[in-house]
Amino acid sequence: MMTDIDPTALSVFIFFLALVTVMGFVAARWRRPKTLAHIDEWDLGGRTFGTWITWFLVGGDFYTAYTVIAVPALVYTVGAYGFFALPYTIVVYPFVFMVMPLLWRRAKDHGYVTAGDIVHGQYGSRALELAVPLTGGIAAMPHIALPLVGMTAVVKALGLHGELPLAVAFIILALYTYSAGLRAPALIAFVKDIMIYIVVIAAIALIPAKLGGYANVFAAADADFKAKGAGSLLLGGNQYVAYATLALGSALAAFMYPHTLTGIFASNSGNTIRKNAVLLPAYTLLLGLLALLGYMGHAANLKLDSANDVVPALFQTLFSSWFAGFAFAAIAIGALVPAAVMSIGAANLFTRNFWKAYVDPQVSDAGEAKVAKMTSLVVKVGALLVIIFLPTQFALDLQLLGGIWILQTLPALVFGLYTKWFRAPALLAGWAVGFFGGTYLVWDAGWKPLHAVALGDVNFTVYTGLLALAANIVVSVILNAVMPARATARA
Amino acid sequence: MDKRFGTAACWLLVIPYYNSHDPVLLGFPFFYWYQLAWVPITAILTWIAYRSMRHDD
Repeated sequence: MMTDIDPTALSVFIFFLALVTVMGFVAARWRRPKTLAHIDEWDLGGRTFGTWITWFLVGGDFYTAYTVIAVPALVYTVGAYGFFALPYTIVVYPFVFMVMPLLWRRAKDHGYVTAGDIVHGQYGSRALELAVPLTGGIAAMPHIALPLVGMTAVVKALGLHGELPLAVAFIILALYTYSAGLRAPALIAFVKDIMIYIVVIAAIALIPAKLGGYANVFAAADADFKAKGAGSLLLGGNQYVAYATLALGSALAAFMYPHTLTGIFASNSGNTIRKNAVLLPAYTLLLGLLALLGYMGHAANLKLDSANDVVPALFQTLFSSWFAGFAFAAIAIGALVPAAVMSIGAANLFTRNFWKAYVDPQVSDAGEAKVAKMTSLVVKVGALLVIIFLPTQFALDLQLLGGIWILQTLPALVFGLYTKWFRAPALLAGWAVGFFGGTYLVWDAGWKPLHAVALGDVNFTVYTGLLALAANIVVSVILNAVMPARATARA
Repeated sequence: MDKRFGTAACWLLVIPYYNSHDPVLLGFPFFYWYQLAWVPITAILTWIAYRSMRHDD
């Protein structure tokens, strides 16, 4: 693909990045609280976000630049199988509707900020309080790093080389997140999401017209898959169970991450969350249509070094240069919003469940906010270093494992909302079985998240995360039933 | 609510229902437009659930 610098595209790109930078710094004054030196204000925006802010924030943080680049790239490479992101992001919302308002209520009533706080409040166990956020922290790391892969792809398409542009954007991001907290990504998310909607609607309306319609797009992809002997427009018989379990497992995991929980806790009521479960599927529609850009890549006969270039290359070949610049800016800003929210989520975990629990239990509200701000800086620099110095494959493998790991925190976090029957030792044992067992299965399969299961003479492949979750729940239930009740220590 | 969750999950996770090329709609094979169609359907079902519940906050 072209890598000469296109002045028009680059100017439009820089204009929009400068715009959101200004907004990021202004955000500290937006919906101004009495003080920003309180962890609730800095990292949850004072728990005041209504339906629309929550919609933009969660949407901006759940559907990242990585999604915009990687889902079409996967569909470009493997076809129908890559489409599992669609059932995944449909099934997730009824789950959000049922569970998240209860979790929000629990957090709001007790002033909890993280999953670790909730688990500690419920079970009074420091060990479980450490296991849950530790899992969340490790699982979130690759999610902070991967949007930068999306950003790298567009920066490359603009003809800029080296890591400098990425580092500059990230340092600016770190600075305004430091000063404005969650208000910065919440405000920027408005711009980012509106830009992404414009880009995707333009893409799905204009590109197929240039490529001879959707029928032609699908036919071209089909022909390419057949010529290549890999990938397919429909699922193979052995992919059914894998596709379904991957969708279901990912849906259950999605709102266990610290960044998605941060978005939930920052909203102002349970009804805000329920309304968002109705409204957020708009992004899913966007994602589904975006995935089809992968097939458009075939119809446009793109020659790519890496599948990740399919979206930037399409925009560059089929759009005028100012609109390509606009689209690239949308993707780059799409990397900044989630990175900010995720670093805030990770910083909360560290502050509440490590610093306050072990280092300085008497820490003041202002002190908490200060520790969280510093931690968010460290986390972002860490993510930047991972992308610059480690191979992308490492972040990808880690993300894959992260999905399996985070799913293992579901019993501890969610079951307590419905029943008081479970006790900490059983849940901790279940978590350990799921976490280490799942990791072993992934390693055993050569770092693939799918595991072959034979039931009698029927063989199928299942998403390892879901298998590990099943083992986790079975172990928790059995141990809890067997262990004497006096082992309970409820705080 | 649980029933609705079950419904959406069922119609989407039982893949042999929809893993086919025909019928084609506006150039989209069935596999694609069927799943895309479930996005608004799920949103509407969730909205009905929202309307029909008591709100305590």
